[in-house]
Amino acid sequence: MDFVLRRSDIGPLVAFALTYLFFAVAAYGSGFVSVEGTAGWLDLAAELGIVALPIGLLMIAGEFDLSIGSTVGAASMIVAIGTTFFHLPIWTMIALALAAGGLIGLVNGLAVVKTGLPSFIVTLASNFCVLGVTMGASRTLSNVTSMSIVQSPSARAVFASRWGEANVSILWWALFSVGGAFVLTRTIYGNWIYATGGNLPAARAAGVPVERVKTTLFVSAGVAAAFVGVLQGVQWNSGNSTYGQGYVFQAPIVAVVGGVLLGGGYGSVSGIVLGTAVFGVISTGIFYTGWSTDWIYLFLGGLLAMAVLANNYTRRLALAS
Amino acid sequence: MFDKAPILELRNVSKSFGSVRALVDVSMQLYPGEILCLLGDNGAGKSTLIKILSGYHPPSTGALAFEGRETRFAGPRDARLQGIATVHQDVGSIPMMSVGRNFFLGAEPMVGPRFLRIFDRRRANAAALEQIRRFGITRVTNGEQFVGTMSGGERQVLAIGRAMYFGAKVLILDEPTSALGVKEAAIVLKQIRQVRSDGVAVIFITHNVQHAIAAGDRFVVLIHGGVAASFRRGEKSREEILNLMAGGEQMLALEQQLGETA
Repeated sequence: MDFVLRRSDIGPLVAFALTYLFFAVAAYGSGFVSVEGTAGWLDLAAELGIVALPIGLLMIAGEFDLSIGSTVGAASMIVAIGTTFFHLPIWTMIALALAAGGLIGLVNGLAVVKTGLPSFIVTLASNFCVLGVTMGASRTLSNVTSMSIVQSPSARAVFASRWGEANVSILWWALFSVGGAFVLTRTIYGNWIYATGGNLPAARAAGVPVERVKTTLFVSAGVAAAFVGVLQGVQWNSGNSTYGQGYVFQAPIVAVVGGVLLGGGYGSVSGIVLGTAVFGVISTGIFYTGWSTDWIYLFLGGLLAMAVLANNYTRRLALAS
Repeated sequence: MFDKAPILELRNVSKSFGSVRALVDVSMQLYPGEILCLLGDNGAGKSTLIKILSGYHPPSTGALAFEGRETRFAGPRDARLQGIATVHQDVGSIPMMSVGRNFFLGAEPMVGPRFLRIFDRRRANAAALEQIRRFGITRVTNGEQFVGTMSGGERQVLAIGRAMYFGAKVLILDEPTSALGVKEAAIVLKQIRQVRSDGVAVIFITHNVQHAIAAGDRFVVLIHGGVAASFRRGEKSREEILNLMAGGEQMLALEQQLGETA
């Protein structure tokens, strides 16, 4: 029992099993459980999962990042404008886009750490700033806020390979998740992430460089968001300033569904991955049932509410046993 | 017992914050292998004194001598690295983290080849458990257990054990027993005595006269930022100590008042 309570991914595992079973039954015979159907929800989960991972880690460290939405769009536009308007090679622009994501993260991190203001509001502001700069700069340069991307075969292979319905983004998601899990559970840095979110003054007193821990996580969130922007841009052959706005709240939602405590200090990569999978199953499963997709939001809202209650309950249990 | 040289010494230390004088001309010595009880009412200057000793504040005037040399700590980290450990009442542990990870936070043991060095969980857990077992905590047997599941006393023992493990020469304990039940407090007091017999100098801050008398070798009472009394074990009665802790005559007057109305 102790063992179960120490793990923050049991709840998300149950949530995943239940939602999957629910849609498998509700959409019986429609192909939801087929290879194609599975690839469908994995595709959707993968891109969100790549952003949700560092957001989840950031939440474990006690901070939020809402600016990722605009970073996704900005990265796609950087690649689009660079390749189409300035005729630069796509790999140069991909490197620039990732660097820009890292820079946005660095600014977020320094702003939060230096001012001590809540990251929720700081990154909400930067989300709008980045979106505004992306749209304004795009329009000034090219008179549009979305633009096609000049491709290269190697870029397509890395970011847009497909096997049937399955996109290469699933592989990237798996890779990042394994890396994230390793960092969180096996390295000293992972220890510091938990400590920073679990008890900031105590972590600082023990010599943990809490400012650096947070800033690094903000940077990785920015880079991950830019990576997804590149992924989507190359896949869909175009950049768009508004790509990724949906992630602003989806990412923290799946982290919470994945067992991450809102107050920080608790959570796991496996939980975040399962939370993201639940999101993929709901968003895709509803198509297979033939119901109106309007109901997706009700499902998500209900799920989030249940997740928060469950997290709170398991936290109390974990500390009481 | 006191023929050794003091390990930590305050020489005419005063500390002001703006126009507020928190400490006035305080001189005291701390010797290895003794427990010094620091007593005083709220606002008497205990916290300021601790903060000067643990490197948070430099003194405004006067000097601090550590191991016979006048020093100025660059900060709490500097003081800790030189061997002055502070354990606060709230202990400063991370509740949702394992015993082993808490114990080694900020000084984690590593294992594995270069460039792929990972946290040595097994070693951390084993060392943490061994250290608290030494001080009589046997209920915790799994280093993966969350610290939040431990009792207040067990956490206090873990924190003190941690300071000892990392080579503390001076241990500053800020109300380590005040939030604990009788049994738990007894375990912590026993640990403090054990720490003393290891040759560590202990500063023990408490509001509980029972705990003070049970553990203290020497007593320093602060009133209004100054040393009001300094005496050894057995030189004053429980009532006298209680009086001094309450700020002198006030307690006596209060008792008389209450006696009249009762």
